[in-house]
Amino acid sequence: MNASSPQSRQPIDAAPILELKGITKRFPGVVALNNVDFDVRPGEVHALLGENGAGKSTLMKVLAGKHQANEGKIILGGQEMAFENPKHAKRAGVVLIHQEQSLVSEMTVAENIFLGSLPRKSFNRVDWRKLREDTNKILERLKCGFQHDDLVGSLSIAKKQMVEIGRALAFTPQVVVFDEPTASLTDHEKPVLYDVINSLCEQGVGIVYISHRMDEIFHLSHRISVLRDGEYTGTVNTADTNEDEITRMMIGRSLTLDHASKPTDFGDNMLEVRHLSVKRVFEDVSFNVRKGEIVGMYGLVGAGRSEVAETIFGLRKPSAGDVVLDGEVVNFRNSHDAVMSGVALVPEDRKDQGLILGMNCRDNMTLASLSSVSSLGFMTSAKEREVYDKYHQAMKIKTPSWRQKVGNLSGGNQQKIVIGKWLHTQPKLLILDEPTRGIDVGSKSEIHTLVKDLAKSGYAVLVISSEMPEVLGLSNRIIAMYDGRVTAEFDGDNVSEDALVQAITGMGKQAQAS
Amino acid sequence: MTSMKGFFRGRAKIQPIWVFVIALFIFFSVMSEYFLSFGNISNILVQTSTIGLIALGMTFVMINGNIDLSVGAILGLSASLAVGLQAISMTLAILAALVSGILLGALNGFVVWKTGVNAFIVTLGAMLGVRGLIFLYTGEQSFFAMNFAFADFGTSTIGPVPVLAIIFLICALIMHLVLTRTSHGRNTFAVGGNPEASIDAGIRLGRHMMINFIIVGFFAALAGVLLASQMGAATPNLGRDYELWVITAVVLGGTKLTGGYGSIVGTLGGVLAIGILRNGMNLMQVPAFYVLVILGAILISVLIIDKKLNAPSAKEVRI
Repeated sequence: MNASSPQSRQPIDAAPILELKGITKRFPGVVALNNVDFDVRPGEVHALLGENGAGKSTLMKVLAGKHQANEGKIILGGQEMAFENPKHAKRAGVVLIHQEQSLVSEMTVAENIFLGSLPRKSFNRVDWRKLREDTNKILERLKCGFQHDDLVGSLSIAKKQMVEIGRALAFTPQVVVFDEPTASLTDHEKPVLYDVINSLCEQGVGIVYISHRMDEIFHLSHRISVLRDGEYTGTVNTADTNEDEITRMMIGRSLTLDHASKPTDFGDNMLEVRHLSVKRVFEDVSFNVRKGEIVGMYGLVGAGRSEVAETIFGLRKPSAGDVVLDGEVVNFRNSHDAVMSGVALVPEDRKDQGLILGMNCRDNMTLASLSSVSSLGFMTSAKEREVYDKYHQAMKIKTPSWRQKVGNLSGGNQQKIVIGKWLHTQPKLLILDEPTRGIDVGSKSEIHTLVKDLAKSGYAVLVISSEMPEVLGLSNRIIAMYDGRVTAEFDGDNVSEDALVQAITGMGKQAQAS
Repeated sequence: MTSMKGFFRGRAKIQPIWVFVIALFIFFSVMSEYFLSFGNISNILVQTSTIGLIALGMTFVMINGNIDLSVGAILGLSASLAVGLQAISMTLAILAALVSGILLGALNGFVVWKTGVNAFIVTLGAMLGVRGLIFLYTGEQSFFAMNFAFADFGTSTIGPVPVLAIIFLICALIMHLVLTRTSHGRNTFAVGGNPEASIDAGIRLGRHMMINFIIVGFFAALAGVLLASQMGAATPNLGRDYELWVITAVVLGGTKLTGGYGSIVGTLGGVLAIGILRNGMNLMQVPAFYVLVILGAILISVLIIDKKLNAPSAKEVRI
C-alpha cells in the first residue's frame, strides 16, 4: 500500500489496540468527563473533536497517565492498565505529543530525542555511537531534512515538532496522541506532518488526532469521535460524514461562514502604508485600509505579515517608507505613541504578547487605557468595574467573576478580553493578528461576527490570518504576501482559492495541495 | 470611605507570612516576660525600620521583575554624606544624601533599561562601585554627628511612639496605596508579569522601571540618613549585607523573584517576622549565630510551605 489518498479513508477493520471504557473524571465542583468511551485500532487515525473545555485534553491526560480517572477502564493490548504517571504510560506504549513543545534548544536533535534515556555504557558514560545510530534510525522513519547533531534551537517550528515526534518514536509506541499538532505550522509545512502520520499508520501504530481544523481531520482520519461538555456524543466513519454533521455533534447546531454579512459601507482611508520596508524582513509594502472596511492579510508564516503589523504599531523601525494614519504621516517610534494615536494590535500570541496571565480579568481589560479609569494617577475601582462589565456583557465573556485570573480562561474568552482591552482605547485602526488561532469553533464564529460588527460600526480593521476560510469569510479585500513582498490584492468576494494559494506561495509555483 | 476589608484585600490574598508573624508574636509573648510590652514593640519597629524602608522600595523593583543589590551600599554612602557634610550645612547634608540615593537609583534604572543587561549584574556592579566611593569619600574614617538635633532625631518620640516607627509606618501606607491604587503600581505588576504584553498595551516599560529604581534608591538613602541619626555616626561599612536582609524580608512577604506578584502588606509581614525573631530570640538570650541559622532555615521553609499552598490545583478546571 502506498500513500493513501484522502478519499479512500475507509475505516480499518481490526480489534482495537486501546480501549477506554466508561471514563469519568471529576474535579472539585466540575465533572470534566462523564462516562466516556473511546478506542483506537492499530493503523488508524482516530480524530477527537470538541470545543475547548469539552474534555478532550482531560481525556488524553487520563490516557497518558497525567490524571487518574475516578471511574472506568483503560485497556491496552487486551490488558487492563492503571497508569500512575506519564512515564508509566510511555513505557507501556502510549505517548502524548504536546501542543507546547518541550525541547531543550541548546542541545542536539539526538540528545533531545533521548533526553532522560540516553544510552549508556560502562561507568555510566553516554554511548554516543549508539545514540547516533538510534537517532538516525528514527530520523529515517521521519524522513526529515535535519541531522542528529543539529542544534534544536536552530530548527524551524515544524522541524522542532518532528523532533518531538522523534522523541515519541524512541519509546516504540503503540498509540501516539497528537494534540493540535498543526497549530503552529503553515499550510506549506503540514504535508510533512501528514506524511509522518501516514507512515506511522502503515507501521501499525494507532493515532489519536486532536484538532479544530476540519480540513485536516477529513484529510487524515479514518474515524471521528466527538465530545461535548464532557460527554461522549458519538463516533462516525470519516467516509460517511461531512463537516455539517460533525459541527452539529460538537456544538449542537450547524454553523456556516456567513459571507453575506460582511461590511459594505466604506469611508475615507484610515491607514495608508506607503512603500514600507524593514531591511531583510519585508520590502516595499503598500496598501490601505478604509474606515468600515476589513482588509485581510494572507500569507505563510514567515512571509512578513506580523512584522508589517509590528512596524505599523511602532515596534520595529522601518528602513524606508511611511505609515499614514487618518491623513497624517505618523511613523510611530514606540507602541505607546501608536496606542495614543488610536492604533490597536491584537497580537498573534495571546499568552505571550496579549495578556498578563497572572492578573485578573478586569485588570487585563483596562491595561491599555488606565488613564481613562484614573485621575491624577489614582485608579477608580468603580470606573474599572464599569469598563469590565460593559465589555463582559457586550462580548459574552464567560467568567465566574472579574477576579478570575485570565490564565484560567479558555482561549476564546482570553481573546475576547484582549479585544475588549483594545476596544476601550477607542482605536481608529484595529489590527488582529491570527485572531482565532487555537480557539474552538463556537468562540471562533463569535469572534468573526464581532469583527464584522466592529467594521460596520466604523472601525478600520486589518486581519492577518493563515486560515483561508477565515480570510475569505471576513475580508472585503485580501492582500497576499510572499517572502516579504505584497504579491497580489484581491476582491474578497470574487477570488478563487487557487489564485490565493498561488499568490502566497510565489507566483509560478503550482499549488501542490489537493 | 473604603472598608477595612477592601483596603487590605489589595492584590494578593492574606499572606501566609502574617499567620507566621502572629504565631511568633504569641510564642515570644509566652516565652519571654519582656517581649509583650509597649516599649519592646516600638523597639522592634525602630529596629526594623531601616530594613523595612528599603524593603518597601525593593518590593516595587521585584514586582517589576528586577532586583537591586546596591541598596546596602547606597545606604552607606547616604549615611556618610548626611554626617560628613554637616560641617557645611545640616539641611544640605541631608538633601545631598537623599539626592545621592535618587541619582544612583536613576543610574541603575537607566543602565538596566537602555542596555538590557540583567538588573542583578548591573546592581551587583553598583554595589561594589558605590562601596568604593564611600571609602574614597571617607578615607576609611568613621564620621560622628556634631549636630545634636540630628543625633537626637533618630531617638526622639512623638508621645510614646518613636519617630522612626512612625516614619516607617506612614511610608508603608503610602507605598501600599501607590502600589494598589495608581496606574504606576498597576503597570509595575504588568511589566513584571509579562513585559511583551505590556509593550503591546503601549506601556512604557523603561519609564516604570526607572521610577522603581529611583524609589528604592530614595528609600535606601532615607534609611541611611535615619540610621546615621539613630547611631549619631556613620561608618564606611554601614549597610553591608543589608541587601540580603531586605530581599529576605520581601521574599518572605510573598513577592516573587520572577516578578508580577507581591504586596506591601506581605513585605510588612516579612519585615516584622525578621524583626520579631531577632528581638524575641535576643530576649531569650539565644546566641546571635543561632539566630542566623534559624532565620535561614525559616526563609527556606516559608517558601516551601508557600509553594505547597499555592500548588496549581485550580488550574485544572477551565471555564
